Amino acid sequence: MKITRYGQLAGVALVGTLALAACGSDTQNTAGGSSSPSGSSSIDCGTGSLKASGSTAQANAMSDWINEYQTQCGSGVTVDYQGVGSGAGITDFTNKQTDFAGSDSSLKPDSEQPKADARCSAGPAINIPMVGGAIAITYNVQGVSKLTLTSQAIAGIFAGKITKWNDPAIAAANPGVTLPGSAIISFHRSDASGTTDNFTQFLAAAAPDVWTFQLGKSWTAPGGQGGKGNDGVSTGVKGTPNSIGYVELSYAQNNNLPVTAVDNGAGAVEPTADTASKALGQAKITGTGNNLPVKINYNIKDAGAYPIVLVTYEITCEKGLDAAQAKLVKSFLTYTASDAGQSKLSTTGYVPISGDLLTKVRSAISAIS
Amino acid sequence: MTVTPTTTESSSAPAPSSPIRGRSRRRGDQVFSTLSMLAGILVLAIMAGIAIFLIIKAIPALRVNTANFLTTSAWLPDNTPSVFGIAALAFGTVVSSLIALLLAVPVGYGVALALAHYAPKRIAAALAFVVDLLAAVPSIIFGLWGLAWLMPRTEGLFAWLDTHLGFIPIFHNTLGVYSRSLALAGIVLAIMILPTVSAISREVFVQAPPAHIEASLALGATRWEMVRMAVLPFSKPGMISAAMLGLGRALGETIAVALVLSATFQINWHLTEPGGNTFAANIALKFNEAGINGQGALIAAGLVLFVLTLVVNVVARLVIARRAEFSGAN
Repeated sequence: MKITRYGQLAGVALVGTLALAACGSDTQNTAGGSSSPSGSSSIDCGTGSLKASGSTAQANAMSDWINEYQTQCGSGVTVDYQGVGSGAGITDFTNKQTDFAGSDSSLKPDSEQPKADARCSAGPAINIPMVGGAIAITYNVQGVSKLTLTSQAIAGIFAGKITKWNDPAIAAANPGVTLPGSAIISFHRSDASGTTDNFTQFLAAAAPDVWTFQLGKSWTAPGGQGGKGNDGVSTGVKGTPNSIGYVELSYAQNNNLPVTAVDNGAGAVEPTADTASKALGQAKITGTGNNLPVKINYNIKDAGAYPIVLVTYEITCEKGLDAAQAKLVKSFLTYTASDAGQSKLSTTGYVPISGDLLTKVRSAISAIS
Repeated sequence: MTVTPTTTESSSAPAPSSPIRGRSRRRGDQVFSTLSMLAGILVLAIMAGIAIFLIIKAIPALRVNTANFLTTSAWLPDNTPSVFGIAALAFGTVVSSLIALLLAVPVGYGVALALAHYAPKRIAAALAFVVDLLAAVPSIIFGLWGLAWLMPRTEGLFAWLDTHLGFIPIFHNTLGVYSRSLALAGIVLAIMILPTVSAISREVFVQAPPAHIEASLALGATRWEMVRMAVLPFSKPGMISAAMLGLGRALGETIAVALVLSATFQINWHLTEPGGNTFAANIALKFNEAGINGQGALIAAGLVLFVLTLVVNVVARLVIARRAEFSGAN
């Protein structure tokens, strides 16, 4: 009796993994098919073996890129990216176990930057923005398939100040939509994540009078329910009527969950690769030289710009890697920042870097030696 | 515990008797006693090594912590200024483990007694095997099961407790949401520690002296009277150690709790409301994304858990040592 139950669960878990794997390979195939003719000539292939680790948020983008890069460059080169988490990735990099780290946040100037600089010895460690993302607000309300929320309302809901779906703050932005009078159940991340970090920074920037809690990778507001990882939150929302949660866009898409449009003062904007890319293009670079940590303008009021975005970095040495490794890092990152590499992102729920920022990213990569 | 007495015996005993047997035998004894002594020392060295590692890694993070490590209920070690404390973690760990203990210990003793003295021999052997199998189920399976199957089925029970026993704070629920709570985590933990409790106490119950058992039965005692007068007094230290080992497992259980709980940093006595966190779950949930300070802070929390489990085990040993002398078994 018990054993069959576990068997069923294991079966569910297995099917889930297979389904996810199927999704991954599916998108890879289509993306690879479309971009390989243009990409084949553009990659300046290196040889040898490249090791990297870090952020799980960009792990899917990395596996797509690695797949494409290795297909184009043949067996002379291997790239390995382990999704161990940003903090662990930075530690691996400073301990010289990897050639670059993927991270959801740039190196902390006071504690992490000096250690990373020391690892590079000949030059500073640099933050290169590479993979953008959009954080979608997803919900589960019977009979409601289209919903717009103002930034104020989002902050109110997640701060526990707006507790009913038919609250005037929600109803005002949704004329013609019948909202139930039931209580809102909000989901947040129970693990530490860059998603929570960026989402709370958005709340604090766009609704500072409502969102008075501390910011960071851990959720600090009282109330609500925690789920582990993007998948924990999306399954939580999917299985709980009248719930709402925030997840990276690809998870909402893969789980067929409806997402809200966000109105930050310039009309409702749906989260898509285009609208998020528009907001990311406005990010300000706060570093000097080829070090490019950025500050996102979460309170963006441009029409058609989706404000809840995040950017993840590759962290490597501008100078100071072994000559062979530097060449390889440069070759791989040149590909990921190329038009072919960046255009792959939007097919898998990520957001490409654009505009002036992308130009600076490319010149920073060309300076690696 | 068990290693040291044997090593002292083997190192001291052969010395006087060895002249009869000759040199080679003596050398064999010496080699063996040295090896076993080394094994004993190795265990101590590993323990000390773990403690030293935890302390060294924790100190830098504790230095930059601007809040009181013991009384703060927040976990933002990578922020500037760094703020973190274990109050809520300690609360959640102790409460969920106590719930588990309250539920699992009576059931575990019952299962063990049934297997040892009530069930027919053949069925008992099969049942004991199944209970032991429960211990072999990986904890992530318990977590998934708790979340997907158990959680929706306990919501009704918690709601009932709220309506009928809501005047007791721990059963009261101010939110009307009954999922991902410490109470649920306690139930999942109870199921996880049940095999530990029942397997150890069964071993002890089986060892009750047959002479006592037969004597009490011969005097006309019923089966329950026999258990109460012959088995239980003999087994008390073993029963306590079974409960304590169960507690040790519950305190340190990680991934099942991390999956089930809605991790928050509040001390909330409404145990059926979403929330709560434990040392081990917090480390599992936060370590991946933790920065340098964050990792140090988590290791500091790990140090506290290490000390806590050590204290629990030492207390258990002391209780057993005291009870053993007048348990009536001898």
